[in-house]
Amino acid sequence: MQQTVTAKLLDHPRNAWYVAAWDHEVGRKKILARTVAGRPLALYRTEDGRAVALADACWHRLAPLSQGALVGPEDIRCPYHGITYDARGRCTSMPAQETVNPSALVPSFPVVDRYRYVWVWVGDPALADPDLIPDMHQMTDAAWTGDGLTIHAPCNYQLVLDNLMDLTHEEFVHSSSIGQKELSESEFVTSHTDTTVTVERWMHDIEAPPFWLKNMRDRFPGFEGRVDRWQIIHFEAPSTICIDVGVAKAGTGAPEGDRSQGVNGYVMNTITPETARSSHYFWSFQRNYRLDSQLITTQLRDGVHGVFGEDEAMLAAQQAAIDANPDYEFYSLNIDAGGMWVRRILERMLLAEGRDHAPAPRAGAQVVR
Amino acid sequence: MAVSRSEAWQGGIVAASRALTPEIRRIEIDVDQPVAVTPGAHVDVRLSIAGERDRRSYSIVDATDGGRRIALSVYTSPVSRGGAAVMNALAPGDRLELTQPLNDFPLRPGADRYVLIAGGVGITAMVGMAAGLQARGADYRLLYAGRSRPLMAYVEDLREAHGERLRLHVRDEGTSLSIPDLVDSIAPGTEVYVCGPIRLMDAVRREWMSRRRPIADLRMETFGNSGWFDAQEFTVRIPATGLEARVRPDQSMLEALEAAGADMLWDCRKGECGLCEVRIVGLDGDIDHRDVFYSERQKDARSKMCCCVSRVVGSAGRGAVVDIVTT
Repeated sequence: MQQTVTAKLLDHPRNAWYVAAWDHEVGRKKILARTVAGRPLALYRTEDGRAVALADACWHRLAPLSQGALVGPEDIRCPYHGITYDARGRCTSMPAQETVNPSALVPSFPVVDRYRYVWVWVGDPALADPDLIPDMHQMTDAAWTGDGLTIHAPCNYQLVLDNLMDLTHEEFVHSSSIGQKELSESEFVTSHTDTTVTVERWMHDIEAPPFWLKNMRDRFPGFEGRVDRWQIIHFEAPSTICIDVGVAKAGTGAPEGDRSQGVNGYVMNTITPETARSSHYFWSFQRNYRLDSQLITTQLRDGVHGVFGEDEAMLAAQQAAIDANPDYEFYSLNIDAGGMWVRRILERMLLAEGRDHAPAPRAGAQVVR
Repeated sequence: MAVSRSEAWQGGIVAASRALTPEIRRIEIDVDQPVAVTPGAHVDVRLSIAGERDRRSYSIVDATDGGRRIALSVYTSPVSRGGAAVMNALAPGDRLELTQPLNDFPLRPGADRYVLIAGGVGITAMVGMAAGLQARGADYRLLYAGRSRPLMAYVEDLREAHGERLRLHVRDEGTSLSIPDLVDSIAPGTEVYVCGPIRLMDAVRREWMSRRRPIADLRMETFGNSGWFDAQEFTVRIPATGLEARVRPDQSMLEALEAAGADMLWDCRKGECGLCEVRIVGLDGDIDHRDVFYSERQKDARSKMCCCVSRVVGSAGRGAVVDIVTT
């Protein structure tokens, strides 16, 4: 029988696609240095626009390539002694010699541009199937519009997943915007597959909290009255959580599928482990009404940014408390059902890679994988 | 896979050793810690050669039992530097020290096409690469060159596994590999992986460069243990200090110089890095350049050599002499 261990911090799978950056962050003006799943990367684009992810350490003396220069259609040049590499990480020239050392190369990682993000695979490249990228079609679908930002969360990625899988925290962390007591009082239903977890919660005939009242009035000017509110949290392994959220005029059939009298958003979250204690948290808020209003897009982005700043502060405080209380364990509650399924899926992914639950020390050779 | 040169040493026990050809033995080793083996990987083995602790690199042919058993193939040249003799003497139950798999020759997924070229025991590195490409459904060709069929290891296994994708080139059967024709036949976007004697690698590289093909598409693995000529004894002298040393056929010029008390710089010891370079100020004989560090132009100039692998040869029984300046 498999036992789910409530590890406070969880190691991250390596055989997975993680978002390294927004697509606009990766270009030819500057080389982006970013650590993904413990692997420092130098990210740039070739002249024909392909995104490239190379290990950010020159083969020769490990100088960071991200501080170097782009030369020719696809090469990158080390800032220290000028050794150049192509987009595959293969050395193309060495200073002061007429040949190149046959073993000279830096690792190159599979990259895919999709859903406005640059996804990278730092595990076994032979397993890097683009079909494994989680579905975030609302990011680019013409029926949706929105924008987002990145949070550099000073915590283990698992804490962010826990945060998103149980939204009862909204009542306490986000009391001035989206929180309300009905979040904790209403029933929720959890379901899962081998790679996904869904938590669905409906709040019937309630007062709309400030954030949602504003959105309803954007769509239905002068709206007053009660609403039916929903949150359908959908996790896709290893660390993408898209949350279907919205409110509709109470009693107009939203629970039965008619959302025409409401407003619907998708909170698109994908979390990239950086180190065992830090994460890149990419989020966007997508909506399917008033598509042409940049005003609303910006207001929503800034509004959600403010809400997520409250999460960031809590996550930082939680990580600090975990580190300060190494002998204390986690306990679990009924509200953690979704998060616990996420943990079990991640543990199974780690097991399949021959690895343990707890984050490994960062340095040292990996003999057994 | 990522390039990792961090060495973790562990123990292993010889599980089996058998001759595949009169010159090549397959040695299977049960390692204490299971290992992940990527195509192109090798292990370094610690050996005691003539009382000196030394190390040799051997490509991994295959790994079985979840990475607990790895197989190497060891080639005994007529003038081995001594490592093969020690390896060949290993018997089941013997313990040895070896590294985790290291990989300076990784197979990169995602190319349009692949051509794998093996000469002689160089097939060792290609067995895993071909299997890896086949497993991924890649477009690949495997060319395997040797002197005669009985001297070529794994032929039947490879034919069974790769069928038409395998092409044998056997000198005694008149089907030697034509390198110019081969390079002409390779389409742009193809990655070429070569492992074998230095003359094979030099010939491929010369044809490749003369056609201005991208150097990054040509990948080579060299352990620096073959030459254009048979190794002979020769004399190396350093006129500035009066040092003189005889270089036996079973030792390198670098080893002879060090044994004679010269303070030498070196790193890779397989003719790749150029750190062991010496300048030639006098030469009675010819240079057998066995490195991949110098360009053809530099080799033709006969003014420098990588003393870790390259040698000097005389003609018609005359002992060769080289006078050098060390860095």
